[in-house]
Amino acid sequence: MQQIASEPVVMQPIEERLELVRFKVDKRPHIRVHTEACRDCDLTPCVYVCPAGLFEILGGEMHFSYEHCLECGTCYVACERKAIEWDYPRGGWGVSFRAS
Amino acid sequence: MHAQQQFDVIVVGAGPAGSSAALVLARAGLRVALIERGEYPGAKNVSGAVFYAPGLLAELLPTFWDEAPFERYITRRVLTFLGKESAFSLDFRTRHFATPPYNGVTILRPKFDRWLASKAVEAGALLITSTVVDDLLYEGERVIGVQCRRDDGALYAPVVIAADGANSFLAKKAGLQREFSAEEMSLGVKEVLRLGERTIEERFNLTGDEGMASEYVGEATGSVKGGAFLYTNRDTLSLGVIVQIASLAQQRVRPYELLDRFKQHPAVAPLVRDGVTLEYSAHMIPEGGWQLIPRLVRAGLLVAGDAAALVFAAGIFLEGMNFAVASGLAAAETALEAHRHGDFSTATLTGYRKRLEQSFVLQDLQRFRLTPAFVNNERLQNLYPELLCQAAEQVFRSEGRPRKKLGSTILATLRCKVSLWTLLRDGWQAGRALFF
Repeated sequence: MQQIASEPVVMQPIEERLELVRFKVDKRPHIRVHTEACRDCDLTPCVYVCPAGLFEILGGEMHFSYEHCLECGTCYVACERKAIEWDYPRGGWGVSFRAS
Repeated sequence: MHAQQQFDVIVVGAGPAGSSAALVLARAGLRVALIERGEYPGAKNVSGAVFYAPGLLAELLPTFWDEAPFERYITRRVLTFLGKESAFSLDFRTRHFATPPYNGVTILRPKFDRWLASKAVEAGALLITSTVVDDLLYEGERVIGVQCRRDDGALYAPVVIAADGANSFLAKKAGLQREFSAEEMSLGVKEVLRLGERTIEERFNLTGDEGMASEYVGEATGSVKGGAFLYTNRDTLSLGVIVQIASLAQQRVRPYELLDRFKQHPAVAPLVRDGVTLEYSAHMIPEGGWQLIPRLVRAGLLVAGDAAALVFAAGIFLEGMNFAVASGLAAAETALEAHRHGDFSTATLTGYRKRLEQSFVLQDLQRFRLTPAFVNNERLQNLYPELLCQAAEQVFRSEGRPRKKLGSTILATLRCKVSLWTLLRDGWQAGRALFF
């Protein structure tokens, strides 16, 4: 009889998922982060909640990108320090869902 | 002011709320601008997506059932409590949901929203895509138009309907909505997997155009508050997880990792096997319920759909698009009335709220206002699904030993982890939230 054991979960890199999404990247960023507020932020909720994994702490500094933003707004809602200025990209730019 | 910049009504957002409103207003002969920030309607929109009570639109569009791009009508509803390696399901199916007006249909938003907006355009609305509305224009306290993010971007109308979605910057700028807290907003992440029509019918026991809406609580989202869903489209599956943003941040889990875990759960993996992912998407959902609903009206402005937090996320109910459509229609009727009287004051537009109070929109949200908090109960999320599975396992276990009667077996399992008192209290709260 085949033994069904719990296998370790295989995590798919977020980049692979984002490759399936169509973006028309605007040269003007629609997200601005006041990164000085991030330096002593222990929680860094943005790093965890962003569904595109756009926020990262590297060497104690906040790094982020806006190019593959799914435009949900979760980051600015989660940021307790209100350090994220978030707006929609210009009309027609940014993400375009096709199959969802 | 150019004549072409003056409209009778401006609708911001070509989702279900905005397009329904624009359709009714254009049909009544008003000059309607329907403004959408995406390249096409639906480009920025994500739902599960089951559209419940589609009859709301079929009443307006007689050709709806022949023409509307829906995927499958829902005849099977499943609710599953997921343990770590087990699952306990309630599985309901009925042919009574298999004839028009269907109880619910699955849709793909880029297709469906584009189609619905095209109906508003056929009725005479002017659809302006690729255009962000940055702000409202005022005369004194009264909203008299919108400022689009383009040259000469001012558009004027005596009444504006803000159907600009979950983030609704317009409702906030108008002072109707406050800043959101991470406790009352959820994040949904979703994948669409291609499986093929035949595989879907065989795997989910469906015939023809029948469809299934299946929802999961418990291990579906690990220790994060939320749930998961799996819906059948014609030849694809829509599946995803919906989690409370505050809980996600506290548990320090990434939403797409939850998606991976859900897809690989032993009770889910066989259902999605060999599925080819076509797209990944995400959207914020105003799931806070009754207390998240903003003021809906000010002079010259009505707020509808997700922008007004009209989302019915009450445990076994996960509905939004029907609430959006109904609120869009109510907003349109109110705007029509205002035009008939030439009066766009707060007093006249308050008829919008009254219409919603008389419909299921505010009645359901009010009646089930305790449910969102109940659904986020720590034990309901992280303990009871596992316990339910353990109890079932004890009941069904056959080991060649004498059995106790079921009551003692189940109680013994439950009482290892939770006191009878807590159990009774949670039972009472479940009752208050959903039953009486």
